[in-house]
Amino acid sequence: MTARVGVVTFPGSLDDHDAARAVTLAGADAVSLWHGDANLHNVDAIVLPGGFSYGDYLRCGAIARFAPVMEKVIEAAHAGMPVLGICNGFQILCESHLLPGALTRNDHLHFICRDQKLKIENNSSAWTRDYELGQEIVVPLKNGEGGFVADDYTLDQLEAEGRVIARYLDLNPNGSRRDIAGITNVAGNVVGLMPHPEHAVEDLTGPTTDGLGFFTSVLTTLLAGQAVSV
Amino acid sequence: MATVVVSVFLKPEILDPQGRAVLGALGRLGLSGVADVRQGKQFILTVDAEITAEKLAEINHIAETLLSNPVIEDFTVQVNQ
Repeated sequence: MTARVGVVTFPGSLDDHDAARAVTLAGADAVSLWHGDANLHNVDAIVLPGGFSYGDYLRCGAIARFAPVMEKVIEAAHAGMPVLGICNGFQILCESHLLPGALTRNDHLHFICRDQKLKIENNSSAWTRDYELGQEIVVPLKNGEGGFVADDYTLDQLEAEGRVIARYLDLNPNGSRRDIAGITNVAGNVVGLMPHPEHAVEDLTGPTTDGLGFFTSVLTTLLAGQAVSV
Repeated sequence: MATVVVSVFLKPEILDPQGRAVLGALGRLGLSGVADVRQGKQFILTVDAEITAEKLAEINHIAETLLSNPVIEDFTVQVNQ
């Protein structure tokens, strides 16, 4: 049976269609989930896409966190379902306390849009297992509030537990502490990433196809039966 | 009617690039002697009821869960009866 990967649309989501396309190209069924519908429609994994949910009012992701669908997403994440938050989705995961830390205004105050080199530093999470450890990839990055911050204790803990999944190479584009581009939770099923792998899945439209690995990884994870379906 | 003012600021150890940009502008406008600027936000809640201890506790809860992110921000609550 083909895996069902849900992509949530919030008011202000931008990258839900690209995320759904990446899911399809990876070989799964993309299922549209709606912010106001507290139902996950039997999906096996979830992507929270990029954009500006609720206009980024208050704080990025702060209002989306209380959307009806998020109650179910949080429940499923705690039960082990793979959840990937990209950009605004990463911000929502932090606001939901599924991941530690927070994303703040870029230190240089400018919105940034570039092809960004990353180094994969954890290939055991639900969303990174198809990569080689230390693999360098290039995917688009576009954010205004992408600076990852956490206190030193939390950062030390993330590093010690191998929970930094990707780090910026060559250039730190937003002032993220310790060049962190993405992290995972203790169980490895929840991943937050500031750059956009869903924009690097086809030669025609992306700088590379390096991003596809995130979406094939979750299928590998689901096939291995290491994720819980809720 | 009473108002309750919730002020939210980044914690002192969190970099505030917006405050830093304002600080830069102050210097260019000739205001000297300002060592630091921190930018925050304020929520003014107009409450159509008496501010009881219970109501205040509810507002504090909302300030902690919605209006601020305790990972990076501190908040204060001030009641104007």
